[in-house]
Amino acid sequence: MRVALFLTCINDTLYPDTGRAVVKLLTRLGVEVDFPLTQTCCGQAHYNTGYRHEAEPLAVKFSDVFREYEAIVTPSGSCGAMVRELYPRLGERARAEGRGDVLAATLAPVVPKTYELTEFLVDVVGVTDVGAYYPHTVTYHPTCHGLRSLGLGDRPRRLLQAVKGLELVDLPGAEECCGFGGTFALKNSDVSAAMGADKVRNAESTEAEVLCAADNSCLMHIGGTMTRLGVGMRPVHIAEILASTEEEPLV
Amino acid sequence: MSGTFIGMPAFPEAAREAVGNRTLRRNLRHATHTIRAKRAKAVAEVSDWAALREAGRQIKDHTLRHLDRYLVQLEESVTAAGGTVHWAADAVEANRIVAELVKATGESEVVKVKSMATQEIGLNEALEAEGIRAYETDLAELIVQLGKDRPSHILVPAIHRNRGEIRDIFRSEMGAWGRPAPEGLTDTPAELAEAARLHLREKFLRARVGISGANFMVAETGTLVVVESEGNGRMCLTLPETLISVVGIEKLVPTWRDLEVFLQTLPRSSTAERMNPYTSMWTGTTDAETADGPRTFHLVLLDNGRTDTLADQVGRQALRCIRCSACLNVCPVYERAGGHAYGSVYPGPIGAILSPQLRGTQSEIDASLPYASSLCGACYEVCPVAIDIPEVLVHLRERVVQGGPVTRAGNKVVLKPAKGHAAERAAMRAARWAFGHPGALRTGQRIASRSRRFHPRTLPGPGRAWSASRDLPPVPAEPFRDWWQRTHVTGRGAGAGSAGDQASGHDQGDGK
Amino acid sequence: MSSRDLILGRVRRALATAGEADTPYEQAVSRDYLREHGERTAEETVDLLAENLTEYRAVVHRTNAEELPNVIMRLLALRGPRYVLVPPGLPAQWMSAADPTRVHDRAVSTPHDLDKVESVVTGCAVAIAETGTIVLDGSPDQGRRRITLVPDHHICVVRVPAQVVSSVPQAMERLAPTRPLTWISGPSATSDIELDRVEGVHGPRTLEVVLLSEE
Repeated sequence: MRVALFLTCINDTLYPDTGRAVVKLLTRLGVEVDFPLTQTCCGQAHYNTGYRHEAEPLAVKFSDVFREYEAIVTPSGSCGAMVRELYPRLGERARAEGRGDVLAATLAPVVPKTYELTEFLVDVVGVTDVGAYYPHTVTYHPTCHGLRSLGLGDRPRRLLQAVKGLELVDLPGAEECCGFGGTFALKNSDVSAAMGADKVRNAESTEAEVLCAADNSCLMHIGGTMTRLGVGMRPVHIAEILASTEEEPLV
Repeated sequence: MSGTFIGMPAFPEAAREAVGNRTLRRNLRHATHTIRAKRAKAVAEVSDWAALREAGRQIKDHTLRHLDRYLVQLEESVTAAGGTVHWAADAVEANRIVAELVKATGESEVVKVKSMATQEIGLNEALEAEGIRAYETDLAELIVQLGKDRPSHILVPAIHRNRGEIRDIFRSEMGAWGRPAPEGLTDTPAELAEAARLHLREKFLRARVGISGANFMVAETGTLVVVESEGNGRMCLTLPETLISVVGIEKLVPTWRDLEVFLQTLPRSSTAERMNPYTSMWTGTTDAETADGPRTFHLVLLDNGRTDTLADQVGRQALRCIRCSACLNVCPVYERAGGHAYGSVYPGPIGAILSPQLRGTQSEIDASLPYASSLCGACYEVCPVAIDIPEVLVHLRERVVQGGPVTRAGNKVVLKPAKGHAAERAAMRAARWAFGHPGALRTGQRIASRSRRFHPRTLPGPGRAWSASRDLPPVPAEPFRDWWQRTHVTGRGAGAGSAGDQASGHDQGDGK
Repeated sequence: MSSRDLILGRVRRALATAGEADTPYEQAVSRDYLREHGERTAEETVDLLAENLTEYRAVVHRTNAEELPNVIMRLLALRGPRYVLVPPGLPAQWMSAADPTRVHDRAVSTPHDLDKVESVVTGCAVAIAETGTIVLDGSPDQGRRRITLVPDHHICVVRVPAQVVSSVPQAMERLAPTRPLTWISGPSATSDIELDRVEGVHGPRTLEVVLLSEE
C-alpha cells in the first residue's frame, strides 16, 4: 500500500523528528510512504480564525497534491479533522454563497481517505501492537479534535498499551482541553495559560516521565508550559513512541 | 440589553482579572466539576439519549423554519384560553408594555420568577425607573439582587459566590429589602435556603402581580411551561391575581407531545436530575368557579434580535437553545474566565454565540466573544439540542474579520470588517501566499534553521502573548522536507502529483 | 405598523431565503426515542416509582384501601398539625380517622389563610416511575395549585398500579394540557449554592407519597 504523509506545516518546520518517526514506523509495518514536497498547510489556522476564504485555496492545493494517493496519513488530530470535518463544510458554505458545487467537488476526493495516524494504524493497517519498545512511564492526553471531531476513541491508548516496556498511567481530567486552540493561545493568552498550567499540574500528579499526545501543536503549548513551570516531564508525540524499538530506541 | 453591561471591556481583558482571582477560580471549579460528573451520570441513565437529542434538534429546527405560522397559532390558542398576547420588537418596547400592565393594576411591586428574557431586556431597572420594585425570588437571583451584583451563570446566576459569601450578603442586605436574616445565620446551605424562605414568604403572600418567563410555549394548545426547583416559580405563577410572562419567540414548540422530549433532556442537562422538583404548565386562565391561579394573564412575545439571528443560516441554530447551561458547566474557558467576562446575561459558550447575534458584533465585547473559545468542542458534545457551537463561533469570527451582509433590526446591512484585525489579516494573507508557494515556505524554514542559535525562547512585542507563560520550542537543524529530499528524493523522484518544490512549480489554488 | 406585523414580517423575510425543504410536521421529527426505558411488570414499575421518589427525599408509604385512613391519621399525628387542608373532591373515607380540623379550600381563601394551615392531603392524576414524579391536574381530589404549595407538609395518595406509568411520554398521553398542571418530584429543592442540591425551599418541605394498592 502506498500512502502519502501529510506532515502538516508545524511538524515540517518545528517537529521533523515526528515526521521521521512516522516514516520509520509505517515503513516497518510494510507501508510505502511518500512525502509530496508540494504540500504545505491544510488551512486550519485560517479557517478557525475567521479567514475561511483565505483557507479555500490552501484546501484546493491540498486536494491537488494528495488526491491521487490511496490514503493520506497525518500525525495531527486537528489537521486531520480540518480535512475530514471542515473541508465538506467549506464546500457547503461556498454553495450557500451561490458559488456552485465546484469547491465541494474539488475537495470531496481527499475527505474519506485522510486518516489520523493512530486511526490509520488500527483501522487500515489493522495493528495495535506495532512492535515498539519504550521503557518509560507515560500518561496520555487525548487532544480535542482527535477526541471529539475524529472520534479516535481508545485507539491511541490501545496502541500505547501494546508497547513493550511502557507503563501507561491515567491522566486526571484527560478530556479537558489543554488551552492551545490555535490563535486562542494568543488572543486569550491568560485563559489559555491557566488551562495549560492546570493540564501540566494534572500530568505532573501522575508522576509519569512522559506526556504523550497525537498532536504536536498541543504538545508545543503543554511542553512550553512545562519548561516554564520547571516541571521535569517530557512532551512526546505518539509517533515517536511507536517508532521506538529495542534496536533503535528513541533517545 | 441591561444597562449594567454597557462599556464592558473585551473578553480577554475581563477574563484576565477573573483568572487572577483565586476565590472565584476555586468557586467555579468546585461548582462546575460537581455538576459535570452528575450530568454525565444522569445522561448515561437514558439509553436513547442520542435519539432524544436528535428529536429535540428536529423539533426546534422545524419550529424555526415555520416560526411565523406557529407564532400566529400560539397567539390564537392563548387568546382563546383567556390570555392576552403582546408583541415586543425590542427591549424598550417589552419594558414599556410590562410597566404599563403593572401600572394598570395599581400595584407598585411585583414578584419575579427567574427569567433570562427579563434579565436580557433589563426589566428590573426599567420598572425601577417607573417606580415599581421587582423582587427576584429565585435563590440565586436573590443573592445577585441583594449583592448588587450581576448574574454569571444561566441556571445559577450566583455560581461565582460560595456559601460564606452568600451568608455575608444575606446578613448585611436582607434587612433593607424586607425580613432580615435570622440571628446567628451560618453558612450551611440548608440554613441559607431557610433564610431565603422566610425572607420571601411575606412577599409571595402579599403579591398581586407576578412576572415570569417560560421554558416552553406550545403553539397548538397555548400552554406555557416553567421548569424550576424551589417553588418560587409556583408561588409567582399561582398566587398573584395578574401574571405577565415575557418570552422569547424561539421558546415555541408546535405540539403538546413535543414536551415529552424536552422534559426528559432539560432536567438531566441542567441540574443533572431525572426530573426537577417542580414543573408548572398553564393554559391561559381558569374560570371564576375554578379560580386556580391568576385571573389575568398577559404574554409578551419578545424579538430583541431573535429574527436577525434567524436570518443567518449558520447562526440560527443558536435559537434552538433551551437554556440548560450544560455547555457552561463543561467549558474550560468559562471555568477560568467566569461568567462576568462575557459581558452579557448569557455567558459561556452559548453566550459567546448568542450575544454577538442578538446585539450585533459592533461593540468591543461582542466582537471579542467569538474568540472566547479554544474550539475544544465539549459544549457541542453535551448540548441537548445539538447546537454546533464551534461552527457558529468560527462563523462569527468570519463576520468580525471579514464583515459582510447581516440583518440588524430587520434590515439587511453590510458590515465592514472590524477594526483591530488589520495586522492579523495581513499575516493570514501572507501565510496563505507562502503556503501556496512551497519554495517560499522552504526558504523561510531554512532561514529559521540557520539562525536558530540566535532564537530566544521568549518573544518581545505581540509574541509576548505566547511567551509570557510558555517557552518556545527550539527550531530544528533542518525542516523535515530537507531531510526527506536528502534521504528519499535523490534518484527516486519527488512523488506522485509533485512537480518538485520550486516556487514556480505548483501555484494552483493561489488565484485569489 | 404594529409590532406584531413587524415581527412576523421580519420572520418571513428571514426565512424567505432559506430555500430549505418545507417538510410537514409529521415527517420533520423522527420519534425513534423510546416510549419507556426497559421492560417492567406493573409491580416493578411501582417499585421503581417508590425508589426514585425516595432518592429525591420524598417519604414513601404503602397501604391498602382498608388501612389508608389509619395511615393518613398516623402521618398527620406525627406532625401534629391543628389544621389540614382537603380539596373538595377528596374521598371522605381517606380522612375518616384523622384528628386535625379539616379546612376546605374556597375560591375566596387568601394566600395568608392557606399559610395558617400546616398540612394538605390530595390525590394525583398520574405518577411517573422513571423520574419519581407525581402530577397534579386540579381534579376535585387535588384542588387548586396553591393548596399543595403554601402548606409545609403534603400527603399525596397515588392509586397503584392504575395511576402509575413508566415514562414521561406515557404521562403526556394521560394528561390534558388545558388543565393547570403541576409536576412534583420530591420536596422543593435548590442547586443554587455551589451547584449542589439542598432540599427544602418555598414549596412543601415534606412530601409524603402514599402508594394505595387497589388489588
